[in-house]
Amino acid sequence: MKAAQEISQSRSPRVGLDVEAVRKDFPILARKVHGQPLVYLDNGATSQKPQVVIDALSRYYAEENSNIHRGVHYLSEYATAAYEGAREKIKRFINAPKSQEIIFVRGTTEAINLVAQSYGRTFLKAGDEIIVSAMEHHSNIVPWQILCEQVGARLRVIPINHDGELVMDEYRRLLTEKTKFVSVTHISNALGTIVPVKEVVALARERGVPVMLDGAQAAPHLKLDVQEIGCDFYAFSGHKLFGPTGVGVLFGRSELLERMPPYQGGGDMISLVTFEKTHYNVLPYKFEAGTPHIAGGIGLGAAIDYLGKLNWEQVVSHEQDLLAYATDALLTIPGLKIIGTAKEKAGVISFVFDHVHAHDVGTILDQEGVAVRTGHHCAMPVMQRFGVPATTRASFAFYNTRDEVDALKKAIHRVLRVFG
Amino acid sequence: MSELDDLYQEVILDHNRSPRNFRAMESANRKAEGYNPLCGDHVTVYLKLENGVIQDISFEGAGCAISKASASLMTSELKGKTEAQAKELFDNVHKMLTGELNGQDRGKAVGKLAILSGVCKFPARVKCASLAWHTVNSALKGSEDLATTE
Repeated sequence: MKAAQEISQSRSPRVGLDVEAVRKDFPILARKVHGQPLVYLDNGATSQKPQVVIDALSRYYAEENSNIHRGVHYLSEYATAAYEGAREKIKRFINAPKSQEIIFVRGTTEAINLVAQSYGRTFLKAGDEIIVSAMEHHSNIVPWQILCEQVGARLRVIPINHDGELVMDEYRRLLTEKTKFVSVTHISNALGTIVPVKEVVALARERGVPVMLDGAQAAPHLKLDVQEIGCDFYAFSGHKLFGPTGVGVLFGRSELLERMPPYQGGGDMISLVTFEKTHYNVLPYKFEAGTPHIAGGIGLGAAIDYLGKLNWEQVVSHEQDLLAYATDALLTIPGLKIIGTAKEKAGVISFVFDHVHAHDVGTILDQEGVAVRTGHHCAMPVMQRFGVPATTRASFAFYNTRDEVDALKKAIHRVLRVFG
Repeated sequence: MSELDDLYQEVILDHNRSPRNFRAMESANRKAEGYNPLCGDHVTVYLKLENGVIQDISFEGAGCAISKASASLMTSELKGKTEAQAKELFDNVHKMLTGELNGQDRGKAVGKLAILSGVCKFPARVKCASLAWHTVNSALKGSEDLATTE
């Protein structure tokens, strides 16, 4: 936090991000793995946590722990104010119109399931169509498949081209009077493609079709404004946004949320219960049954505070610099092929070798202290589209450096020495 | 030798480059498919089992060097073995991969397959090495279910 404050106060936007200062905010980045300095390039899976987030979690349990929305005692009121304060921070972070449109969930996956079950089961029927894209994470495929089985709807898939970009003409063609919902990713976790979501949303909204965006990969890398994008639902996870695991956010436009039934029943989501009839609570509590992840919500608020002190233009340009530098560096390695070459791309590089499987690459990189993801990235249809069983994925955050890209490149050369 | 060199020994790299018995078998009377949901590796094992003896064995599939080499070594080792011997070897290999066999017992229990013992230092890769073995086990049982490493 200290470093972040110094950056925002003392440097003009034209000066680059002071990465060395920022790195000091993340204690884990100082550790070693297998005797080597940790080079953490698995930010697409989860990001590391700044000390202020770790402190917020530990302070909550040490000094503030209490249940919220219930007690009249001091600590309960304090915890309630802290938790609701986090909701306000999230509202500002994504520029949502109202704080009651911010629903705390476990993560992006739960947010999509909530919308599929609550909105989908209420408003979709047999013969209706739901559109997703060919580059979705399983969490934006399977909930819709479950819904399709339940109501007899049909899943349609927007194809992607060889660079990993949406084929917009095909999307226009798929949008018909049968289309009743569109749910696509904002940034592909496997390819790094930044989807033109404003256009995707506008085309659907012209036809009155609601759109959900999976923002799990976008929230940590883009300046978000759900009003400018114009989407009906937006979901992201706390743990990829430098916050705790087990907490995430669903933004929904209140006009839709008001018409949707609860997702789960229990405490907190009711206003009056008798055995004859139960009255549901107002938004957002209607969708927040049971004691939530209070510490997680507060921790996510702390992460957003931390990000608020960074200069976002510097963050974006640093990440784009890392992407360009790493792309050039990796393309010098014989036999390496990058999967996902969209023009608009976030800091994700998926790559393959003809003769070395991603798992073997991952194991050898790990021995050099370089943490990457290997496998299908929960996006098996993407792997099928490119005809590869798995890829190795390096995914960057603003605390990564060019030196770490060099370490990655050096480690890949060791892979090639082993496999000849 | 580093743990990594121990894992990727020349014999393993050789079996990865040129896997033995890597083919479909039309005359097989037992067949099973194995799948590792974690990484998407899949393998099909074919057996020709006559009077309780493995007369022929082969495999097909896609996967990492460890899973391919392990399957290749397995087929070389199991040819000519009885069903009971194969099952005993399966148990011993499993113990070796999970680090339950010490150095001295290893040679006696698993023979040439001891070359795979380096895997036990890499817990994330144990399933890669055991996939083919789980699959042959289900082929021997005559199971129609997809064998998984879970």
